[in-house]
Amino acid sequence: MNFRKKLRILVAKPGLDGHDRGARIIARAYSDAGFEVVYTGLHQTPEQIVAAALQEDVDLIGLSCLSGAHMTLFKRVIELLKKDGAEDITVVGGGIIPEEDIHKLKRMGVKEIFLPGTSLDSILDWTRSNVKPRA
Amino acid sequence: MFTEETLGHVRKGGKEWDKEVQETFRQKPERKERFSTVSDLEIKRIYTPEDIKDLDFAGDIGYPGMFPFTRGCQPTMYRGREWTMRMFSGLGSAEDTNKRWHLLLKEGETGLSTAFDFPTLMGYDTDSPRALGECGKCGVAIDTLRDLQILTDRIPLDDVTTSMTINPPASILWAMYLVVAEKSGVSWDKIGGTIQNDMLKEFIAQKTFMLPPEPSVKLISDTIEFGTEYVPKWNTVSISGYHIREAGSTAVQELAFTLADGIAYVQDVIERKKLDVDSFAPRLSFFFNSHLDFFEEVAKFRAARRMWAKIMRDRFKARDPRSWWMRFHAQTAGCSLTAQQPYSNVVRTATEALAAVLGGMQSLHTNSLDETLALPSEFAATIALRTQQIICDEIGVTNTIDPLAGSYFVEALTNQIEEQAWEYINKIDDMGGMIAAIDKGFPQMEIAKAAYHYQQQIDKGEKVVVGVNKYVVEEEAPPEILKISDELGEEQIGRLNEVKRTRDNRSVIRKLNDLRAASKTDKNLMPYVIAVVKEYGTEQEICDVWREVFGEYRDPGFY
Repeated sequence: MNFRKKLRILVAKPGLDGHDRGARIIARAYSDAGFEVVYTGLHQTPEQIVAAALQEDVDLIGLSCLSGAHMTLFKRVIELLKKDGAEDITVVGGGIIPEEDIHKLKRMGVKEIFLPGTSLDSILDWTRSNVKPRA
Repeated sequence: MFTEETLGHVRKGGKEWDKEVQETFRQKPERKERFSTVSDLEIKRIYTPEDIKDLDFAGDIGYPGMFPFTRGCQPTMYRGREWTMRMFSGLGSAEDTNKRWHLLLKEGETGLSTAFDFPTLMGYDTDSPRALGECGKCGVAIDTLRDLQILTDRIPLDDVTTSMTINPPASILWAMYLVVAEKSGVSWDKIGGTIQNDMLKEFIAQKTFMLPPEPSVKLISDTIEFGTEYVPKWNTVSISGYHIREAGSTAVQELAFTLADGIAYVQDVIERKKLDVDSFAPRLSFFFNSHLDFFEEVAKFRAARRMWAKIMRDRFKARDPRSWWMRFHAQTAGCSLTAQQPYSNVVRTATEALAAVLGGMQSLHTNSLDETLALPSEFAATIALRTQQIICDEIGVTNTIDPLAGSYFVEALTNQIEEQAWEYINKIDDMGGMIAAIDKGFPQMEIAKAAYHYQQQIDKGEKVVVGVNKYVVEEEAPPEILKISDELGEEQIGRLNEVKRTRDNRSVIRKLNDLRAASKTDKNLMPYVIAVVKEYGTEQEICDVWREVFGEYRDPGFY
């Protein structure tokens, strides 16, 4: 039986991208909605992000990238999670991500991509219905 | 501004009008309970002479090119000279960007502006593991002098001014530009341009930081001192509110934090370098956002000039009127553009550009319609440039200077924004200045609060974003976007390796050692940076020296 009701969420900024407005707003929205939130801060390598996710025992990783490096960086996070046997951690992404990349990222294992203009409520709703606490 | 008699008529008329308003309310209420700007400043139903009765024409408005510079910093403004149309561009390799620059110059842009990729912005070479996947993605990749030579190929450096949006490694990119000029026979007193080189706003908003605040500011003072002596037409710092606003601040916060950053730089140069304020202040330049709320932006620009004039004259006791003026670049608000129905972005950018023109900027970048999707395509960048050209040449707004002056609303809003910005500046002074405020996370948290508030207003529909929370369409065909190849990184690493193979490596090491030794002293580091760059030392080789000597700044992760 799982006594932990609150989802734990890691909001992460991979790579050298400095655009953190979205990530910080999402972190705050999750936190205000009662989720437990860890924000990595900027300039994290995929290795640092996966290490933080395991250490903090999170159920969801939200990756934010607006620099165009999402294909390389998101893929690397997914690979590292698999390598560590933690592929049951849900991974979602947001940022400046072209349509054709969304399909590729989803095939890679990213569960959902949130584009500019997405409302906070719709992200919270998606999270409540699609992410369950890890066993 | 008005006689007591006039004000009496105004009040009497106002009472009658108020009755009319109450009468109208009985039939229908207003569309909203509260009307406010994009920054959520509440706006009144109407403004009258009453709202600006204490305004003093000479002291508060005056004439352009004269204290307090509310109306502009040159006496004839756009009647004398058009603003510089300076499109921020950088994509892929140095060759790709050079090609785009020539295209834009051919289409009529009058100044260059460089966007670098993230490794370049953060002080890493393309072959660093930290640069994974980033090469050329959000700007041009520059590792060594070789890249900058390619970037500036067939660009007349004595004729066109070049702006470089670069911060922690600003002195390195500037050194490369100086060496390229020297090698092509153009002397340093002939070249003009700008390095952004504003580190404080990096900690606050843009977040491309490398060293801690103290040594970061020291490096800036080095460039100001060096430019004052050897490159007199160069703007060695562009004190920037743009990124503060993009991070979600209000207009008042953008203005106040930018001016507080400016105060910190001036103070540091005076104290550290013992320079007379009038020797360097005329070349300080600024950079603001031109956002959606038309009148709020115009008022902000007017207040900005008036406040800086007061700061320089009264606080720093500058005597040269050119030290009092505020020259600034403006860019339309990237964060106001939507991924949905992106062609609508042309309209947003046009009105934002118009606000910047009526606000009296000196140079302008207009965003492309596709910037929420990718780097601008040629098609989109050209429309953005045409937007400026239409405003300049077709619609008559450049015929007279500061045409909105004297508007009850615009003058009242200018005053209101100025008052609120002073409150912030006083608060920051009380904290011990901007570096101390940044250490406390004060500006960062103020911006985070404002950004969150704005997002909530959008989510509740209190603020409308057409195509996002109103007039939404289901299916739409996205425009064709520019794609930067993932293989570019390999090619760039190939070039970097070739440079490292063919340069005099022993000399590079010697020059880097000189730089390391000098970095541990108070010496001006510009000559040492130039010496490394000349030998084709890489950007990261220099930055690694500084990281080693000064340590690295890490994001405290406030949210």
